[in-house]
Amino acid sequence: MTVQPSGPLAGDPVPAGDPAGADGIAVPRVRSRRIKAEHIRDYGIVVFAVALFAYFSFASPDFLTWQNLLNLVFQNATLGIAACAVTYTIIAGNFDLSLGAIFVLSEVLGAWAAVHWGVWWAFPVAIGSGLAMGLINGLLVTKLRVNAFLATLASALTFGGIAVGVTGGGLLITPTSSVFTFLGQQRVAGIQYPVVIFVLVAIALQLVLAYTVFGRHLYGVGDNRNAARLSGLKVDRIVILTFVITGAACGLSGLLDSSMTGSGSSTTSGLGGSLALLAIAGVALGGTSIFGGVGSVWRTVLGVLILAMITNGFDLLAVPDYWQDIVRGILIVIAVAISFVVDRR
Amino acid sequence: MSSAAAAHVRLVEIGKRYSGTTALDNVSVVVAGGTVHGLVGANGAGKSTLGKIIGGVIRPDDGQLFVDDRQVRYTSPREARIDGIATISQELSPMPHMSVIESVYFGIEPRRFGLVQWRQMRRQYEELVSLWGFELDPNAKVGMLRTADKQKTEILRAVAADARVIVMDEPTSSLTSVETKTLHRMIRTLREGGRTIVYVSHFLDEVLELADTVTVLRSGRLVRTAPVAEETEESLVAGMFGAAAEAEYFEKPRNLTTPVVLDVSGLHRKGVLRDISLQIRSGEIVGLAGLVGSGRSELARAISGADPIDGGTIAVDGTARAIRSPADAMAAGMAFVPESRKDDGLFLELSVAANTTFADLRSVASRLGILRLALERAKTSSLLKLLSVEPPVPSMKTANLSGGNQQKLLFARWMLRSPRVLILDEPTRGVDVAARAAIHRLINKLAAEGSAVLLISSEIEEVLGLAHRVLVMRRGSITREFGADPPLDAVMEAAFGLGGRTIE
Repeated sequence: MTVQPSGPLAGDPVPAGDPAGADGIAVPRVRSRRIKAEHIRDYGIVVFAVALFAYFSFASPDFLTWQNLLNLVFQNATLGIAACAVTYTIIAGNFDLSLGAIFVLSEVLGAWAAVHWGVWWAFPVAIGSGLAMGLINGLLVTKLRVNAFLATLASALTFGGIAVGVTGGGLLITPTSSVFTFLGQQRVAGIQYPVVIFVLVAIALQLVLAYTVFGRHLYGVGDNRNAARLSGLKVDRIVILTFVITGAACGLSGLLDSSMTGSGSSTTSGLGGSLALLAIAGVALGGTSIFGGVGSVWRTVLGVLILAMITNGFDLLAVPDYWQDIVRGILIVIAVAISFVVDRR
Repeated sequence: MSSAAAAHVRLVEIGKRYSGTTALDNVSVVVAGGTVHGLVGANGAGKSTLGKIIGGVIRPDDGQLFVDDRQVRYTSPREARIDGIATISQELSPMPHMSVIESVYFGIEPRRFGLVQWRQMRRQYEELVSLWGFELDPNAKVGMLRTADKQKTEILRAVAADARVIVMDEPTSSLTSVETKTLHRMIRTLREGGRTIVYVSHFLDEVLELADTVTVLRSGRLVRTAPVAEETEESLVAGMFGAAAEAEYFEKPRNLTTPVVLDVSGLHRKGVLRDISLQIRSGEIVGLAGLVGSGRSELARAISGADPIDGGTIAVDGTARAIRSPADAMAAGMAFVPESRKDDGLFLELSVAANTTFADLRSVASRLGILRLALERAKTSSLLKLLSVEPPVPSMKTANLSGGNQQKLLFARWMLRSPRVLILDEPTRGVDVAARAAIHRLINKLAAEGSAVLLISSEIEEVLGLAHRVLVMRRGSITREFGADPPLDAVMEAAFGLGGRTIE
């Protein structure tokens, strides 16, 4: 026998649980609480957001200042509101490409009402028209069974066209009455109103999603529509409601935007043109499934803030603009790919 | 028949875990070339997981896989397929808009300059079909085929790609007995042609009849691999459960005089159901037998509001109800367990608790619709224990439960509502022996507590074993009625439209 036994010999009394086995070599049973792929998929985005935040804080002395962070959220408040709301539509298994168009048309109609009917009218008209446009989307998708992608693409074109028609292609200057502009231009306790509204909307939407019957129904409809129907749900009504909520939120965003600028603009060169894609990018980056049934509003907030941090941080570090888009694009792909790869295993 | 040599597969110390639960633990199996190798076990024992690992559908966490003594690491079913291992899964996933021939040669079309050589493909198809003797119209659309023919397409696809190992996961779970016989003939032909078949099934009689060798799994562990000649149904069951599980006999009340709960009269759906009338009393289990396509499931769906009706009345507890949606049916006190738990029943991405309470969320919510999560957990927990769902963890993702436990979850959902009428379409499909017995006991108990039960099953034995009265459907009408414990052949004859008179 020349073979040297590498482990304890048979018959050697090795007390169970004693890591010091034969030869004094520690051979503990590997039972670490390891990080699993599911954890990376579910919470990797949180770690990434924190890491990004830490990186910019070290890389730029101007990043971690109250003023900068407040501005960062302020600049993304209108986008954030729309993104949080469209999370509902996406969790329920649908899609909405008309966010930007609803945003623009609500803004224009609100401004028109302010000019023609009096400044107070801007509030109900902007939010109400957003709501009505959401209702149209919802009816197209449920009652006429038009694919959500196509329905909202078509309605976006229509709404955008109407906005240009109402303004004659230019701006509608609204009265600079403080009644109208306080929302966009004033602060409460040093914080801009849009930031406060964004935070409140996000919290409300998250709570409703996580802790109410309606929220649970959204997940069910998105995960298995047939099963939801057979469980007694009026699926169409729920789907319509998600579009209506999204429409109203875009109307609110449009109102805030026109209040910030003191005008109603029909151009799509601003946020209106890219709102739908940026919002959906934020939703996807946060980890909400584009196929429905999985996701949450806090994830969307995180996704939107990550995109915002990249813009803001790169600006501070004087990285060329085009890099921002490249990095954001790659990030979205990575985020979606991680969840795909993990789920496929 | 073919030049391909018989391939053998060796699994060494395979382990697989899903978010905290162990699906397979240290399993080693040798599948000899040119044999039919059965994999049996209770639901959740890991037999499907093992089959999927061989087919490259899922990757093991531990252990090695050898094909012809060459170690392989498949990351996708495609890689396994290239290596000659094809999987024919429980959920057939052919492309529904393709024709049979396109589907069979998908990805391996004979090509020249990038163009598909249709004529050559047709010739090859003819050869393939005559070689194996599996006839199937090459131009039929796959989506329009019956399950059995979809399977045939898949098998042809496997042999067309020269697969040497074919993994079949519960291939007969939705086949009629005639179709099952045909499939078994095909499998024997494949074996004679030197193919290796891994046959995952919970039908022990099929495995005993068909397989050369059988591997028994229990709770993710290997019990034994043995030649089929040494096994009996009892020995396999003992291996699967550790102790003999006996079939239960249920006392059947005759001539019930309890009040009628469900009263269906003149139900009509164009082209599907014709003038259906039936009554079910409180505490009564009425079985619905008939061939696939006879209108059994359609009747269940019509009564429960899942499909629209064109005429007829439905009354529950003597009150006529206009049922236009599942919500209406539920309001009338009905509960419907649909045929396919994956398509129509469960929310696989959601938690076990969410699935249990979904149809009655109001009962775990405040008046304002705010969920009381602690109450939901408690209610779910007690139901899971009552139905012995394994593991009884309300927060677990439903997709990670085994088939039998998923099915129990559907019962849990409806039990929460204490329904007056229970409509069960294939309540034990894809469920193991123990879960099946548990579900049978449950059905009997719910009836004993006063529910009216309509039971539909492709397994005639299940209908006869439970039902107090048996209705036979054929071509959209109820054609015969039997009392408790009718002779099996009489029911079969009625289902096939032979012998006896039809009742109008």
